[in-house]
Amino acid sequence: MLETIKEFASEFFVTGDPLILGAQVSIGLAMVAIVFILTFFKKWRWLWTEWLTTVDHKKIGIMYIICAILMLFRGGVDALLMRVQLAAPELEFLNAEHYNAIFTTHGVIMILFMAMPLMFGLFNIIVPLQLGARDVAFPFLNSFSFWMFFAGAMLFNVSFVIGGSPDAGWLSYPPLSEISGSPGVGQDFYIWGIQISGMGSLATGINFVVTILKMRAPGMKLMKMPMFSWSTLASSITIMFAFPILTVTLFLLFLDRYLGAHFFTVDGGGNPMMYLNLIWMWGHPEVYIVVLPAFGIFSEVVAAFSKKRIFGYKSMVFALMSISFFSFFTWAHHFFTMGSGANVNAFFAVTTMIIAIPTGVKVFNWLFTMYRGKLSFPTPMMWTVAFIPCFVIGGMTGVLLSVAPADFQFHNSYFLIAHFHQVLIGGVVFGYFAGLYYWWPKMFGFKLHEGLGKWAFWLWNIGFYVCFMPQYALGLMGMTRRFNEYNFDMGWQPLNVVSTVGGFIMGLAFLFQVWQIAHSIRFLKKDTSGDNWGQGRTLEWSIPSPAPFYNFARIPHVVDQDDWWEKKERHARGEADPAEVIAADTAPLEPIHMPKNSGIPIIMSGFWFVAGFGFVWDWKWMIILGLVGVVVTMLARSFNYDDDYYVSVEEIERIEAAALKGAK
Amino acid sequence: MRPVFRKLSVLLIVAMILVLSGCSDQYLVLDPKGPIASAQKDLILISSLICLIIAVPVIAMTAVIVWRYRERPNSKAKYKPYWEHSTKLEAIWWGIPIVAIAILAVITVDYTHKLEPSVAIESEQKPIEIQVTSLDWKWLFTYPDEEIATINYVKFPVDTPVVFKLTSDMAMNSFWIPSLGGQLYAMSGMAMTLNLLADEEGVYYGSGANFTGKDFAQMTFNADVTTKEEYDRWVQEVKTTEVALTDAGVDELKEPGTAEVAQFSSFPENLFYNIMTQYVEEGETGAHAHHMTSEASKPDDQAVDEDSSEHHNH
Repeated sequence: MLETIKEFASEFFVTGDPLILGAQVSIGLAMVAIVFILTFFKKWRWLWTEWLTTVDHKKIGIMYIICAILMLFRGGVDALLMRVQLAAPELEFLNAEHYNAIFTTHGVIMILFMAMPLMFGLFNIIVPLQLGARDVAFPFLNSFSFWMFFAGAMLFNVSFVIGGSPDAGWLSYPPLSEISGSPGVGQDFYIWGIQISGMGSLATGINFVVTILKMRAPGMKLMKMPMFSWSTLASSITIMFAFPILTVTLFLLFLDRYLGAHFFTVDGGGNPMMYLNLIWMWGHPEVYIVVLPAFGIFSEVVAAFSKKRIFGYKSMVFALMSISFFSFFTWAHHFFTMGSGANVNAFFAVTTMIIAIPTGVKVFNWLFTMYRGKLSFPTPMMWTVAFIPCFVIGGMTGVLLSVAPADFQFHNSYFLIAHFHQVLIGGVVFGYFAGLYYWWPKMFGFKLHEGLGKWAFWLWNIGFYVCFMPQYALGLMGMTRRFNEYNFDMGWQPLNVVSTVGGFIMGLAFLFQVWQIAHSIRFLKKDTSGDNWGQGRTLEWSIPSPAPFYNFARIPHVVDQDDWWEKKERHARGEADPAEVIAADTAPLEPIHMPKNSGIPIIMSGFWFVAGFGFVWDWKWMIILGLVGVVVTMLARSFNYDDDYYVSVEEIERIEAAALKGAK
Repeated sequence: MRPVFRKLSVLLIVAMILVLSGCSDQYLVLDPKGPIASAQKDLILISSLICLIIAVPVIAMTAVIVWRYRERPNSKAKYKPYWEHSTKLEAIWWGIPIVAIAILAVITVDYTHKLEPSVAIESEQKPIEIQVTSLDWKWLFTYPDEEIATINYVKFPVDTPVVFKLTSDMAMNSFWIPSLGGQLYAMSGMAMTLNLLADEEGVYYGSGANFTGKDFAQMTFNADVTTKEEYDRWVQEVKTTEVALTDAGVDELKEPGTAEVAQFSSFPENLFYNIMTQYVEEGETGAHAHHMTSEASKPDDQAVDEDSSEHHNH
């Protein structure tokens, strides 16, 4: 009996690696500490009613952002471990298997469990406020999306202490990812972690398309909509088309692994190249999914801190939509070197290059928004300005990669690694940081400490260039990605050491940001006035910070693009508002219809987690338990008719008065 | 923007140019030893130049605009908060990238056809064929004409076109000798053709570029380019002094694990073809099977079919 338990435990838990043992112990201790603190301060009920069951889009957004920051930490630690190994491969800091697992999880976590939730967090908090809406179109679904993301992320993350992490690369090409190449459970954690969170992502995409198309305040025509909402629309539409492909691809891989199907194995007549086609039909649009909202953020920030309208609004909208369209015609550039033939390669080379055109136009438009503006440089603006040269260089190396015959020399090399980190960090991360800093006071009612933020900014930027510029050179020196060691004669070590130093500078920058947040919470200066930067242009700045749970006491009537700014201008000039604005502002308060909180999303996602865990280990009873739970919670939801309520006029008045008092 | 940062960005551009035009012999891609790599290098430089023509002014413009329009007391810069559209300007910057991309597209399409890896290289010398098999985690090279085989080491004569036939026993790999030209995927169930030529003697670094699992990093090899005489002498030497690669030896090589450099005086007949077609069901007539047989070197005798059927259950 004891032997069976021992044997099971050694298979179930990852053993034998001191680094992982350390992680296991610290995870255990952290969990005990959390439970203790919540119990000691009697916070369980508060946590459940205020957060875990909430359907308030702003709170869901905050939960997304907290998860994203934790995942940024984990993915970042993965990156630093890899960089240590590569700076001194002779030390054998990580063995080959551990190294392979780490670069796989680094990629998956950064894209799917860091960039995506950070993006969804910002969508959730800002988009309804910008639209003048009280909530997203489907608040219950929104909560469900978050918890599905959370369940998927947790399922993926436990793999490194339980069962072993996936180690076939972040896109898991078969046949390596098939049962023949990866017999362990790591690959199953990969499939189910992504599959479960992917359902949430797809639902979010649909939710925001509907929200943007149906929930805009009266008067807000599409061509008056703020740029961030436009970018959300572009990104959400792309999600709706791309994520089903991912779901199907992973499901086919699952069938291969579980039922011995042969979709992607040569024996039995399958074709691994089909997997590559499918995964990149999702994968390339995916990078545009995460970068388009960053473009939206830059457009908002640059207009606000130039005190000027965004230049070329129509061009910007057209560029966003065409990028999202063309993103579906680029997938084959990920395997130019797979012998598709000259005509296919030429076609995809050109369609890939075409994306550079609208992207270039956007850069010019941002520049000319600043031109003849009055620029100030708080942290969000710093990130925006730093983004431009970074993205121009990254975009340029992207165009170089799209030149198919030249790509034969770049493909799979460090040049590629440097390129996509430059566009993803320089574009997505810089963009989301700009967004976080910009909207932080809107979320919490206090600003982050600017001095520490500038330290973080400079360290991030310096660290970035020190880390990734040498990688372009390494690529041209013939260094291939995913090597855990290399021959000293190749002369790669000096540049790898430099790159590692850069990585640690970025790590330090992250610590500055954590310090900045902690410091700002400790010494916060409450600022609930609403228009925290004094330069807000769009509707979210017209209501108190943080926004009351019903957002707008009265639904505003939109007249202009940058409506709030125009309103302030009119007041400064002593002009009266147009009649419809006055009518909207002076209308009597009415009771507000709101959705009730619900525990069903978190419980249903919990059952999905159980089912996913069962699938990973092939424990039939657990699969059945999980899926039955999912069905039961769905039924419970469909028979629950008591899911809404009204906020009374008295309560709205009380909340508005309190917010007004806070503002003065 | 702080002046520090402007200086930094200028410095970076200079550094990029230095790196791209650098010809230190460590930059394998920029130090080509054959016509394919050399054409690829030209293409890299041409396309970089086209991109830089746009990128450098944009970055310079960013610096100037950020500096000039920063908010400060008695700024002389114009402030026009409602200046948000100019058809002329927008036409210009839709135009510039369109023109640049059009030029680049034309060059790319042209080179894509010229440098298609399956196109034979013109030469007076008779091309030699080398079959390359990616095994877990070693490279197997077989010379069908010389009937010798090597592991993690390949040798061929200078100025002679080499036709590499690539396949893989399991995971997908990518065969890359940066000094001679770009990589091509090696996949199980098919044979890809990569034509390369070295016009200078030397020992060139080669590697697998697509991740294949645990000891992927050990899959590096040297490509030794020598004179024709030296090469012929080497072939004779291998034939006479080395042992043969037997079926049992092949099975051992197919086991996951790394391997030292090795040479064999002969190898089992149709080894490459059998590895490539090991998964093909007998009598299969799908397009896929067709594709494979047409690309592969033809088997010499009928024994092949029986041989390959033994491997069905792998």
